[in-house]
Amino acid sequence: MPNTVTARRAGSRKSSGIRRGEVAAGWLFTAPVILILGLFLLVPVLMAIWVSVSDWQGRGSPFSGNVGFVGLDNYAAVTSGGGLAERNFGLSIRNNAWYVLIVVPLQTALSLFLAVLVNRAILRGRGLFRTAFYFPSVTSSVAITILWLFLFSTTGVVNSFLGWFGVEGPNWFNDPSQIFHNALATIGITGAPEALTSGGPLGVSWFEWIGGPSVAMFAFMLMAIFTTSGTFMLLFIAALQNVGAELGEAGVMDGATGWQRFRYITLPQLRPTLFTVLTLGLIGCWQVFEQIYTGTQGGPAKTTLTPAYLSYQSAFVSQEWGEGSAIAFILFLIIIAFTVFQRWVLRERPVSKRRARQYEVPPHEATPHEITETKR
Amino acid sequence: MSEVIPAQATVRQVDPARSSTPRRRPRRLAAGQTLLYAMLISLAIVYIFPFLVQVATSFKTDAEAASSALSLVPQTTTFAAYEALFGRSDYPIWFMNSAIVTVCVTLGRVFFVSLAGYALARLDFRGRGVIFAFVVGVMAVPAVVLLIPKFLVLNQIGMYDSYAGMILPLLVDAAGVFIMKNFFESIPVSVEEQARIDGAGTFRVFWSIVLPMARPALITIIILSFQGSWNELSHFIVSTQSPELTTLTKGVASLASGQLSQGTQYPLKLAAAAIMTIPVAVLFFIFQKRIMNNTEGAVKG
Repeated sequence: MPNTVTARRAGSRKSSGIRRGEVAAGWLFTAPVILILGLFLLVPVLMAIWVSVSDWQGRGSPFSGNVGFVGLDNYAAVTSGGGLAERNFGLSIRNNAWYVLIVVPLQTALSLFLAVLVNRAILRGRGLFRTAFYFPSVTSSVAITILWLFLFSTTGVVNSFLGWFGVEGPNWFNDPSQIFHNALATIGITGAPEALTSGGPLGVSWFEWIGGPSVAMFAFMLMAIFTTSGTFMLLFIAALQNVGAELGEAGVMDGATGWQRFRYITLPQLRPTLFTVLTLGLIGCWQVFEQIYTGTQGGPAKTTLTPAYLSYQSAFVSQEWGEGSAIAFILFLIIIAFTVFQRWVLRERPVSKRRARQYEVPPHEATPHEITETKR
Repeated sequence: MSEVIPAQATVRQVDPARSSTPRRRPRRLAAGQTLLYAMLISLAIVYIFPFLVQVATSFKTDAEAASSALSLVPQTTTFAAYEALFGRSDYPIWFMNSAIVTVCVTLGRVFFVSLAGYALARLDFRGRGVIFAFVVGVMAVPAVVLLIPKFLVLNQIGMYDSYAGMILPLLVDAAGVFIMKNFFESIPVSVEEQARIDGAGTFRVFWSIVLPMARPALITIIILSFQGSWNELSHFIVSTQSPELTTLTKGVASLASGQLSQGTQYPLKLAAAAIMTIPVAVLFFIFQKRIMNNTEGAVKG
């Protein structure tokens, strides 16, 4: 809206008489937001930074005189030393890392797939399908977790369904076995060489790291995909509607198949949305908390423990406030690191010289205008 | 859980798919469409069936819930689960608490967020850029990182375990400020200038001229705050402990982990979950068109 901007600038220059008192009004209008965000967001984070480097045990105020500064001890306790705190943290990272690794690509792919399908439906029912796919996203995580506990119970819907095909389903939320270990067991491999079982980072052996998520965690993953795909589908549908039809028609004229048109014409135009969905998925998947709180409290055998839940549990249940806060800030750093890394991987790359040359117009024929076009 | 935060509250009714599908021979088109609809229908069943089973099971006996999970019609219909919830549990208290918090938070957010959004979009004052940067920065802080910090500050200022502690921290939402700012920037300034020349004060201009024009954006904020505070769990975990202040999410979560019950009691739990879904479901179906059309923008984890 360029004319709005110029109008406002002109307005503020010439009509300073009318705009008297705007400074006061500006601060007054934004005061509630600043106060509340400051008091319940900024100040608390600063307080928690202090708690994460203190030995506060939850009694009295963390700022009283008998609470001591312990430096990075709390951070060290969860990342080294071979204690229980380190192993719990290691397990939570393993569980959540598999969760991210499997859920993020699948939910992105599924939501894109749903969006393309719904967008293709040219007859009736578009709205109906959109509603069906989006509905799980509006329910609370507590309600959906309860539903999931029932669906995946021993005699639940999923196992009854599997029973039709003669498959005996696992006892989902009570099964701590890791899915890749189970896959290996079907071909007769039940153990691992000494090198893999004896040691590994964060007190968790290499064999446990590579075993994948537990069956219980896998059920949570399916739930995450089920509840988020609708939201992301809406983002993709909005983006698909902005993709021009002309390029697709040109593709048809050039004889491109449906898949080629999707891969080389539609997908590149969806890149910004793809980036948004991947980033949001990544940020959301590292924050698994409410499902675990409602459903399994970290069990069975700590295989659904996540850093977010561990942070809560250490502080509010075990009264290890320093360690709990330290875990929260490490999680914060992990989320930031992943977001930055992803931004870097998916950055707009300049077209390589060799590739650009293919499209270049031979210089002797090119007008100056065309040269600037190709350079762009 | 994620909630959709529209960046722009404009309604679009464009439907380019109708024009974008290239013409082909009718028979291939028909075959393609049949396949497409077969896929869409089977996927829709996968997405909707769990909720149908949920409602059906809430009317079954415990034994039947375990023996025939897949059936959509109870053999013996019983209202035992609902009677137990409303007659012999704290469920009504939980429901009332959720309602109180949701109404207060929604009203407060609509007012404070639009006030701040208007100031950031329209008023010329020193510090505006800093405030906006602060709001955007706040949006980037992941919610789970704030669990311990929120408890610490509520405890420190004596608001732990009170309605104030449950409501105040939720009263403002950075993403909402962002949405309102974007919306106000899309309204032409000329409307306000006339009122200003007529001598109306800043608040007057905001309240009686600009706010009524912002209806679409305000409805977006209402939907987001209602859904957000009704479904909120983690904030209530760290801000309350007494049974009288338990909300639906917290209470039903305690049902799920079996703290209040013996056995599996799936009909009871599923009934509890179904009732708590009704208000957001109703809101969703009333504003369906708007929710579906407003999804350009960000989703908050």
